[in-house]
Amino acid sequence: MSQELSTTTRANLDIKVKHLTRVEGHGNIVVNMKEGVLEKARLEIVEAPRYFEAMLKGRSFHEAAIITSRICGICSLGHQITSLKATEQALGLEVSEQTVLLRKLLIHGATMQSNILHAYFLAAPDFLKVGSVFPLVGTHPEIVIRALRMKRLANDIGDVVSGRAVHPITPVPGGFTRIPTAGELKELKRRLLEDMYPDLLATVETLKSLAGAIPQFERETEYISLRNDDDYAMYDGDICSTDTGRVPDTEYLEMSNEFIVPHSTSKHAKVNRSSFMVGALARWNNNHDRLCELAHTAAGALGLEPGCCNPYMNTIAQVVESAHCAIESIAIIDRLLGDGLKDEQPNQEPTKYGTGIGATEVPRGILYHEYTYDRQGRVTAANCIIPTGQNLANIDDDMKKLVPEIIDKSKEEITLHLEMLVRAYDPCISCSVHMLDVDFIE
Amino acid sequence: MADKPRVAIFDFTGCEGCELNQLNFEDQLLDILAHVDIVEWREAMDDRADEYDIAFVEGSLSTPDCITRINEDRRKTKVLVALGSCAVQGGVNGMKNTRPIEEVRQEVYGDHKYLFPTLPALPLSSVVKVDYNVRGCPMTQIEFLKVFTALVMGQEPIEPDHSVCVECKLKENECVFEKGMICLGPVIRAGCDAHCPSVGQYCTGCRGLVSQPNLKGMEDILVEHGLSVDEAWKRLELYNANQLEGMRS
Repeated sequence: MSQELSTTTRANLDIKVKHLTRVEGHGNIVVNMKEGVLEKARLEIVEAPRYFEAMLKGRSFHEAAIITSRICGICSLGHQITSLKATEQALGLEVSEQTVLLRKLLIHGATMQSNILHAYFLAAPDFLKVGSVFPLVGTHPEIVIRALRMKRLANDIGDVVSGRAVHPITPVPGGFTRIPTAGELKELKRRLLEDMYPDLLATVETLKSLAGAIPQFERETEYISLRNDDDYAMYDGDICSTDTGRVPDTEYLEMSNEFIVPHSTSKHAKVNRSSFMVGALARWNNNHDRLCELAHTAAGALGLEPGCCNPYMNTIAQVVESAHCAIESIAIIDRLLGDGLKDEQPNQEPTKYGTGIGATEVPRGILYHEYTYDRQGRVTAANCIIPTGQNLANIDDDMKKLVPEIIDKSKEEITLHLEMLVRAYDPCISCSVHMLDVDFIE
Repeated sequence: MADKPRVAIFDFTGCEGCELNQLNFEDQLLDILAHVDIVEWREAMDDRADEYDIAFVEGSLSTPDCITRINEDRRKTKVLVALGSCAVQGGVNGMKNTRPIEEVRQEVYGDHKYLFPTLPALPLSSVVKVDYNVRGCPMTQIEFLKVFTALVMGQEPIEPDHSVCVECKLKENECVFEKGMICLGPVIRAGCDAHCPSVGQYCTGCRGLVSQPNLKGMEDILVEHGLSVDEAWKRLELYNANQLEGMRS
């Protein structure tokens, strides 16, 4: 392009990427430099607001998870599980150990599917310098077929355990409407061992060969994720910050202060600094000691180290984590089969009507739901805090540090670096503009 | 291969779960790609195109920008297919229409409400001509493949207009009402193979109403099974608030 400048004293730069591709939802990248001063460097969220509070108000506890899972198709399982946990706490519904194990299995499946989708379909085209995964069907068929096989298996965990991978059906307050059969679980385990395991090793090899395409950029920030004493925290745990340590999930509002900015239909968030990061890289930095051996082998091969503060490495952390999810899925299936599957009915007799909180690690970071119910079991107040909303301020801060560092590159290269940065966060913009975070007590 | 249909995929207000379900055709995706050229799909690719043969459109219309964009998309495509309950009948977004729009905006954004324009959430067909529907939340995958195959073969896709109960009976499921639960199957359009009742859940109505629903009869059955009249209509409105507007007697 003729606008390219090769001098080291670029004075003016004007970048506007409308409706960034290969991310979920609608966002614009805007960078504006005038006479050597960076005036704007930010991700604008222009997704249409959804107004979920208008949908939830007065709704039965049977419907809350059905509605909130529609905040996002990609994160529907995460919303559903988090919603169920909040509802069960509010209504005093105990769930069985089998229910918890099946939910953990679902979270591992959904995390694998989302991480694989992001690494192969949304991020990898940048590493291979193509505009989408589709040209790779011709040039790298084995990679595309492998990605589809991995995604299929991850989705099949959702189909088998929750009735459907997108907007799951069978998880309900108090349990499941259908328990998978032993035969179905055995088949999943066989495929995890025979297909997923070698595919993960091959994925690491492929990524190793592309590692040079990952930009070198670092910005130290606050990393927040769940953490517990038992496992690599996904289903539950305390809220853990690299700055201030662990607090119980009841303090989630302090750990995710939200505020409105005019350039985004999604609210932003900050805690101890101007921004913080959630997601796979935050989980890695907080909980790498809880990962299985295969995940550590993958991390070693791909150069992911504890304390990593290169946001582009989030994609690598997702792949490392997927290895852990596969191994844990096998362990959970072994335990379910060892204990013997019980054909339980969901426990749906409330013992109280109050307020409950759910905090879960979903692929893009910590997700919080909180509901209050009246004595008829109807929603009177609700609050959802979404991972992508928590990351937006961090993305803007990254851009502000990144642009001056790469200002000598061509405008096209700068734009690509910025697009790759936003994609590395795997933002889920539909989620972030759910617009639910208001109490509507009359 | 110039005669392969050019396909574009767009999204408006929604969760993008229908598009995700297209990427979830792992077993068929390579076959699909062999029969069409995907020329625009923001969620998955960088390319943009000026015209296409078939546009699959997800989401409902809820901002002034949506209205402008759907009119542009309609002009550029020969065939327009609405994908999923938000696009076909307004879907869950329609629930916000049951309350005054100013009240909803005030609650969510407070003094900042005028920063973000909004309209009642509308199905695509209320603004542009829609040629075919793929229903469901998320869109029913078996129905998508039927519509897709018909269009690629130059045939007319057939939209079912009988109730979910028909398919549920064919699967020999125990009636959901017999299990002590409620169900919307009697007035909801089939085509999903009664999937939810088959895995223990009730039909929540995502595929929209049949063309001549007996709503009074449905209300009576729901009340007989323990719901108040208000609660019965709330359950029906979950995906169908637009269609039900003014129909409560």
